[in-house]
Amino acid sequence: MIRVVLPPHLRTLAQVKGEVTLDVPGRVTRDAVLDALEARYPMLRGTIRDHVTERRRPFLRFFACERDLTHDPPDAPLPEAVVSGAEPFLVIGAIAGG
Amino acid sequence: MSGVRVLVGTRKGAFVLTGDGKRKQWNVSGPHFAGWEIYHMKGSPADPNRLYASQTSGWFGQIIQRSCDAGKTWETPGGGMTKGPDGMPAGESNKFVYDASPQTGKPLTTHQWYDGTQHPWEFKRVWHLEPSLTDPDTVYAGVEDAALFRTSDGGKTWQELAGLRGHGTGPKWQPGAGGMCLHTVLLDPKNAKRMYVAISAAGAFRSDDGGASWKPINQGLHSQYIPDPKAEVGHCVHRIALHRSRPNVLFMQKHWDVMRSDDAGDSWREVSGNLPTDFGFVIDVHAHEPETIYVVPIKSDSEHYPPDGKLRVYRSRKGGNEWEPLTKGLPQQDCYVNVLRDAMAVDSLDPCGVYFGTSGGQVYASADAGDSWAPIVRDLPAVLSVEVQTLA
Repeated sequence: MIRVVLPPHLRTLAQVKGEVTLDVPGRVTRDAVLDALEARYPMLRGTIRDHVTERRRPFLRFFACERDLTHDPPDAPLPEAVVSGAEPFLVIGAIAGG
Repeated sequence: MSGVRVLVGTRKGAFVLTGDGKRKQWNVSGPHFAGWEIYHMKGSPADPNRLYASQTSGWFGQIIQRSCDAGKTWETPGGGMTKGPDGMPAGESNKFVYDASPQTGKPLTTHQWYDGTQHPWEFKRVWHLEPSLTDPDTVYAGVEDAALFRTSDGGKTWQELAGLRGHGTGPKWQPGAGGMCLHTVLLDPKNAKRMYVAISAAGAFRSDDGGASWKPINQGLHSQYIPDPKAEVGHCVHRIALHRSRPNVLFMQKHWDVMRSDDAGDSWREVSGNLPTDFGFVIDVHAHEPETIYVVPIKSDSEHYPPDGKLRVYRSRKGGNEWEPLTKGLPQQDCYVNVLRDAMAVDSLDPCGVYFGTSGGQVYASADAGDSWAPIVRDLPAVLSVEVQTLA
């Protein structure tokens, strides 16, 4: 199972507490994880990736295993520790605003 | 017993203020959607328990929320309270995609950007939600970048009324400092086919066929900040209001100038009269007196606060030109708040109640048509919008 940590506002929107666990079939990439996340929680569509372009929203980043994966290709395989469930995949909201 | 429900959108959440018929005792509920910008909330005239809210965020984009129990509980239409086969919330409510389909013949066009170049339309947020006068499941949404969308399934899906952007003047529209937003949607209570919208900075537009086709209605507007001050489009209209008994008469607060039309927008004339400044954002009409209108003058486009540090609502009982300041209960020194375009509303009790919210987080109410004022709340986040429901 893939573990995903969402920012608090998206946890509220999806009505979940703590981590989300997802069964991601096939190759585990960022897009595959987000596809699985949005399939299970449709209200999150458009909040992480743009509806039309499917590009990352500008103020969000993706971390895992103490690495910033934001600028990796969306179809690149995620680290083995994320695939095995040892480490979570983190969706992070930028520190900005007031 | 009668009462009112004041729906307040703020920079950090939504609040529902419920008052008795005397509008003296208030219950404050909220924040709902804490931490999110709530650009607008409005109830359905056909079902007062049905509320819609535009929840938006620079981080996470646009969400539409719906309540079927007067704001006690909320759901993303199609999700929230509705569970999918695996027990998880189902549905999405936030998909606003501009219509570029060949069926409409309206390809995605460009508008004018700040530097004068052409720029593609990009959806950012919903500024205004206008529920149908007759169907709780039908709602119009005015969005940034300026366009009009409609749902007929209670907010589950939204379709653009592409005739507005496609009617021909779109490439001349340009964003104001707040973005290129469609912020006003008025539905004619006597003619189901007629509706009005206003866009900053493009102007006012009217449809006489239910939103299929549109035309600019800006004749008589004069705007020094555009190359041709009398251009067909390009005017920064801040707000339009009408009285339900006389929907052909429109009142407008423009970037500068308070305007009036007696022919459904075909022509406009200035009625700023003796206002201390004719810059401002809000304008509204008394519920029972079609010639009584309200504005909140703001010093200038570069100084968004009341002149002389005095928060004054101005009322005209003659449809403009002759204005009186309403000050009783409002701060008359050291007040430097703003009142944004969707942040004034009236109830339909007798006497008419008038309400407005400020960038300082106050929501003021008058239970005597503006003669005197008192704050319902003083310390909310900056207020973006105020709507009122009159409850039987």
